Amino acid sequence: MKDGKFLTLGIETSCDETAASVVADGRFVMSNVISSQIDIHTNYGGVVPEIASRKHLERINDVMDKALSDAGVSAGEIDLIGVTYGPGLVGALLIGVAAAKTMAFALDIPLVGVNHMHGHIAANYPEHHELEPPFMALVVSGGHTEIVNVTDYNKCEKIGSTRDDAAGEAFDKVARVIGLGYPGGPKIDKAAKSGDRDAVHFKRVYLEDGSYDFSFSGLKTQALNYLNSERQAGREIKVNDVAASFQEAVVEVIADKAVSAALEFNRDKIVMAGGVASNSRLRELMEEKASKHGISIIKPSPVMCTDNAAMIASSAYYAHLAGESSGFDLDAVPGLEF
Amino acid sequence: MKDIEKGKLKLNTEDDTRTLGLRIAEAAEPGDVVALIGDLGTGKTALTRYIAEGLGVREQISSPTFTIVKEYKSGRMPLYHFDVYRLESGEELLDTGAEDMLDGDGLCVIEWADKTADVLPGDSLAICLEYGESEGERIAEIL
Repeated sequence: MKDGKFLTLGIETSCDETAASVVADGRFVMSNVISSQIDIHTNYGGVVPEIASRKHLERINDVMDKALSDAGVSAGEIDLIGVTYGPGLVGALLIGVAAAKTMAFALDIPLVGVNHMHGHIAANYPEHHELEPPFMALVVSGGHTEIVNVTDYNKCEKIGSTRDDAAGEAFDKVARVIGLGYPGGPKIDKAAKSGDRDAVHFKRVYLEDGSYDFSFSGLKTQALNYLNSERQAGREIKVNDVAASFQEAVVEVIADKAVSAALEFNRDKIVMAGGVASNSRLRELMEEKASKHGISIIKPSPVMCTDNAAMIASSAYYAHLAGESSGFDLDAVPGLEF
Repeated sequence: MKDIEKGKLKLNTEDDTRTLGLRIAEAAEPGDVVALIGDLGTGKTALTRYIAEGLGVREQISSPTFTIVKEYKSGRMPLYHFDVYRLESGEELLDTGAEDMLDGDGLCVIEWADKTADVLPGDSLAICLEYGESEGERIAEIL
């Protein structure tokens, strides 16, 4: 406790970010340290797990120290430890889980294991202090594309998800196909700004009537077929047009489904989360489609869209309030479901 | 893997891919490894989905690219579905805990298997997938 505030130290190492953060009362971010490894991974065209877990190990102590010093608190003032225990890469997760257990044991304070996906949704609480469940959540990232009905801080139900590739993965793969490189999401977003989104027709895949599921794997095949036919015809490929057209096909389906879900479940808010939530066209289209139905769109700032530990601390705080806690037998669960 | 004929196979439609997937599932025994090699969009995940169907897996097979491996336990034997695209070596694959799965109680299907070929069992069923002449056509070479 400091100045009457309950302090949570959040730790996140599920993929390529080593992150730690101190959050007061689940809502006020006192520090948010992210040791991005993006430079290392660019050389390999993706996240390299072995490197990721070794780097997490090298950085975790410094990152936690910096989170405490940035917040101006001592370890002894921390009241709760929250840590991501899945889903993610097992070697990477284990580093965070081990660090969290050690801290909780040494400080003799409670520990809460957090589902990374719940964390993404909770990223909105410190950014929007008035936000409370219920609401509809749209979680879109490199590994996930999910529509989630959030009924309470610790209660949510997945009502739709991808049947093949995640949205962020589709961006990565198509970026590879058209030669934009890694990370695909931001690269396509940027290229699309000066491209014509009606230049190439990509099929919108809505699946069965009333389904909130997604399918994006056909898009990379469509992109490949398009490039092949253009090359065979000897035409010049306008990368920005392909990027804009592809992006439109992805974000249009996502926005339509998220808005339909909110309408069906009578929600007046859609909360966006995950790395792809910072895609500028998705944000724009969500606003446009939701506003027609009086639904408001809540979105985190770009830094809270990426993997960070403040969201884990916030999620852990609300789990703790609900009486949840984890023992020292907490283990990493790479395939953890929603 | 026994009972699977080696050689080149033309997959004209998705139905042909399904037939191949079901046949692999039927022949599979615990500890078998299917190594899939082929470019983006050649149908590696699609083939895996039909192998899963043949094993009686009830869950949705989604891409394991993000988590490297996904396990499915609802079929007649466990299915371990790998995507090792992001790995640089076989050693890294073993680091993910794959060793127990490769020599385990189920069937391993590994996409981009050429990246980790050095640690895969010698009797793995290797399938190279390539684009055919027309848009939907694929060529599968079973080694």
